[in-house]
Amino acid sequence: MTETTLSEKTLSRPLDAEADTVPKLLLRNASIFGNRPAYREKHLGIWQSWTWSETLDEVQAFAIGLHLLGLKRGQAIAIIGDNRPGLYWAFTAAQSLGCIPVPVYQDSVAEETAYVVAHSEASMAIVENQEQVDKILSISEEVPTIEHVVYEDPRGLKKYDHSRLHSIEDVQVLGREEIKKNPDIVKWWLNEIATTKGSDDCVMLYTSGTTGRPKGVILSSDNLILTAHNANAFDGLNETDEIIAYLPMAWVGDHIFSYAQAYCAGFCVACPESPATSALDQREIGPTFFFAPPRRFEAQLTDITVRMEDASKLKKWLFNYFLGVAKRCGVDILEGKPVGIVDRALYWLGDKIIYAPLRNQLGYTRLRVGYTAGEAIGPEMFSFYRSLGINLKQLMGQTEGSVYVTMQPDGEIYADTVGRPAPDVEVKISDDGEILYRGPGVFVRYHKNEKATEETKTPDGWVHSGDAGFFDHREHLVIIDRAKDVGKLTDGSLFAPKYLENKVKFFPEIREVVALGAGRDFASMIINIDLDSVGNWAERNNVIYASYQELAGHPDVYKMIEARIDELNKGLSQDAQMAGVQIKRFGVLHKELDADDGELTRTLKVRRSFVAERYKTLIDAIYSGAHDCHISTEVTFEDGRKGSIEGHVKIVDMKVYPAAEAPVREAAE
Amino acid sequence: MMADVGAAAAPVGGSEYVIDERISDEIVLDVADISLSFGGVKAIQGVSFNIRKGEVRAIIGPNGAGKTSMLNVINGFYHPQLGTITYKGQRRTAMRPYIAASQGIARTFQNVALFRGMSTLDNIMSGRTLKMKSGLLWQAINWGPARNEEVAHRKKVEEIIDFLEIQQIRKTPVGRLPYGLQKRVELGRALAMEPELLLLDEPMAGMNLEEKEDMSRFIIDVNEQMGTTIALIEHDMGVVMDLSDRVLVLDHGEMIADGTPDEVQGNQNVIDAYLGVSHAE
Repeated sequence: MTETTLSEKTLSRPLDAEADTVPKLLLRNASIFGNRPAYREKHLGIWQSWTWSETLDEVQAFAIGLHLLGLKRGQAIAIIGDNRPGLYWAFTAAQSLGCIPVPVYQDSVAEETAYVVAHSEASMAIVENQEQVDKILSISEEVPTIEHVVYEDPRGLKKYDHSRLHSIEDVQVLGREEIKKNPDIVKWWLNEIATTKGSDDCVMLYTSGTTGRPKGVILSSDNLILTAHNANAFDGLNETDEIIAYLPMAWVGDHIFSYAQAYCAGFCVACPESPATSALDQREIGPTFFFAPPRRFEAQLTDITVRMEDASKLKKWLFNYFLGVAKRCGVDILEGKPVGIVDRALYWLGDKIIYAPLRNQLGYTRLRVGYTAGEAIGPEMFSFYRSLGINLKQLMGQTEGSVYVTMQPDGEIYADTVGRPAPDVEVKISDDGEILYRGPGVFVRYHKNEKATEETKTPDGWVHSGDAGFFDHREHLVIIDRAKDVGKLTDGSLFAPKYLENKVKFFPEIREVVALGAGRDFASMIINIDLDSVGNWAERNNVIYASYQELAGHPDVYKMIEARIDELNKGLSQDAQMAGVQIKRFGVLHKELDADDGELTRTLKVRRSFVAERYKTLIDAIYSGAHDCHISTEVTFEDGRKGSIEGHVKIVDMKVYPAAEAPVREAAE
Repeated sequence: MMADVGAAAAPVGGSEYVIDERISDEIVLDVADISLSFGGVKAIQGVSFNIRKGEVRAIIGPNGAGKTSMLNVINGFYHPQLGTITYKGQRRTAMRPYIAASQGIARTFQNVALFRGMSTLDNIMSGRTLKMKSGLLWQAINWGPARNEEVAHRKKVEEIIDFLEIQQIRKTPVGRLPYGLQKRVELGRALAMEPELLLLDEPMAGMNLEEKEDMSRFIIDVNEQMGTTIALIEHDMGVVMDLSDRVLVLDHGEMIADGTPDEVQGNQNVIDAYLGVSHAE
């Protein structure tokens, strides 16, 4: 990697130097894309739209109303709720006044919310509905800085004390009346926007906290806007594109894709009716740009597989036949590689009767580019989507880097890599294998945490990603695991738990899995079954069960999982490097790993050390050779109450295959 | 456990203030000295009570106490041999259920009684039938006034779907829905009539805790936000005590107590007949 400083670099696409903050982009969009749609929201079953000029009007009234409520430059405001236009306007309204929006995960329990709101010292909370208002009221003693609470949906709130509680509409009315009485206030507001610079802090995003307390990552307008411009240029996104905003607003991904990129390119952001309808709404909107974590693609694929099981024989045959055709030539056709005439004709036919209807069903009809990241995606699943003509790509993203660290350019798509460094981003591998990067998106600092800032960001701007990886022979980055998670068995075999977990997670019966083995004699696994898929199997095979626990412990389910692990071991034995970490024992957990119990993060990643601590009895049993283990775990219900689940977990021994002859490896590995 | 629901719904100002505002002195329904028998079986014997506008009125009692019969009498399905019913100031003679319905009385049933093959949307839409004015012919050609009317009704139905948070099952046939959701759809269909008096027959039977909490929440919201008067039969005492303003207790067709939840809870007759809890503690 060449060492250059940021100031020497040129940007890949000319920027509108005037519009270096989001509110300035709003003014620009309202003048150049005035009549184009900016936001859509499904309300009472019908899509409602706001153009960019209408959005400007809404944001202006909102901002002036917030100003009249006493919001001052530099203050932070918490934003909590599902993706709603009103909440997106809250971001821009706050930023136009020089304030810093702090989105909070909407499904956080009160305690987690209290931590973030208190840590950010927010002076107002702008929330979606009664649920969130109640949450803020319930923690009002821990967060004394909150002066006003503003809500979007008035339902159920009519009889609350409204001295410090307002609806967004009321705040906007306040603003509009002031504009009528005192038109100069608009000038004042425009001046406030002009005062804010691109280098000023612009948003605070709390990391999901895979390890320890969440940290508040502060990004500047430059971070967001330079990154968004680059990403838009990379994939050629413009004002005619459309995205569906269904990912948590508190997550950096949503903030870049549905906020920064939308403002930069001027494309439309569609908000689903409710989280439960997002798949249906996606079908109706047909986004052209889309992001989903691998989990969502997995869920869709499982759903398709399950539904095809119930289809008629003819349909099943057609489906399987044409999927075979797609598997053979679909990816090549998507990438414009030469394909024989017969396959081309068959693919054309398959597109008419299978692929196009399937894409429509999944909501990908208009999709130009889709991304996935966060976890590794199964090669089979990845090529399944691509073979259907869906341009799905991978990237490596981090909150600290304003998402884009690496991206896959069109035509260079591989399931096992995350692509090349994103435009203007430099990536290097440290001596101990950790991935480091720097670029225009690199965060300003962690809020009130200088120590962590220094640990993560070097003085010359390199960020320690915490991921271990390497560049392969194609100069693409491959991520192996979290740097601190890569360990060794006692016999010295390299143990990368995520690598093993990802291999099994691609089986439809398995929802979640934790691989164990670092510092141990052999590798083992704790498995969570997928209730949808296994439940459907149980229904079709007349297996009666009353609960998740009962199904998880069913002997036939164990047999099914055993067959899968056996498949994994066979696969591992083919690879000399991995043969040592074949799974010797496993158990199927009696409960689902759950974010409410702290076992997963809010972005649904396994908290490894926490799980290891919590299921210590089970892990001890696995390594002591026992065949049965009684465990009792505390669970937290959605409303915060606690209970416990007890159960027996059977532990199964697996057959281990001798290592095959080491095949010739690619030089880069 | 139900306290959570109550607490969440109670405004900051305290609950007494709300009750005063929500309930008026106007009597919506007055039932006087009703007796109903089927052959030799006396289902209801000389029961009198009233329901005030805006209140949540619970009817409780052991199995076979005559609760459902009472609801059937109120909505005109059964005709009592003795006694009078005065609804909105008008004394009522023998009537058919659809007249009760057109006068603003809607109900849900102990066992879900939906059109299983129809979607959630269509089921709720069917609750609007009585409100539709245009003739069959206009409706059949779906044009002109009939079409405008359909749009207006659809809007109302969509408001109910939004209110009950069932957008994701709008187009799902109800037969495929879990029981808790079917109950919610049934409530939606009753609400589609924009009733003044809503009769709920065991709205929470067979539900799990979470579903009960949701349903309690919807009942409170219907009462508070739509101002609908509610008469409710329910076996879950926690729900009854939290939701209702006044409770009527029946046993073997006779009224054994009537009063606020606290009064009823302390009533010895009720404890003996129904709650079955020793009074010694």
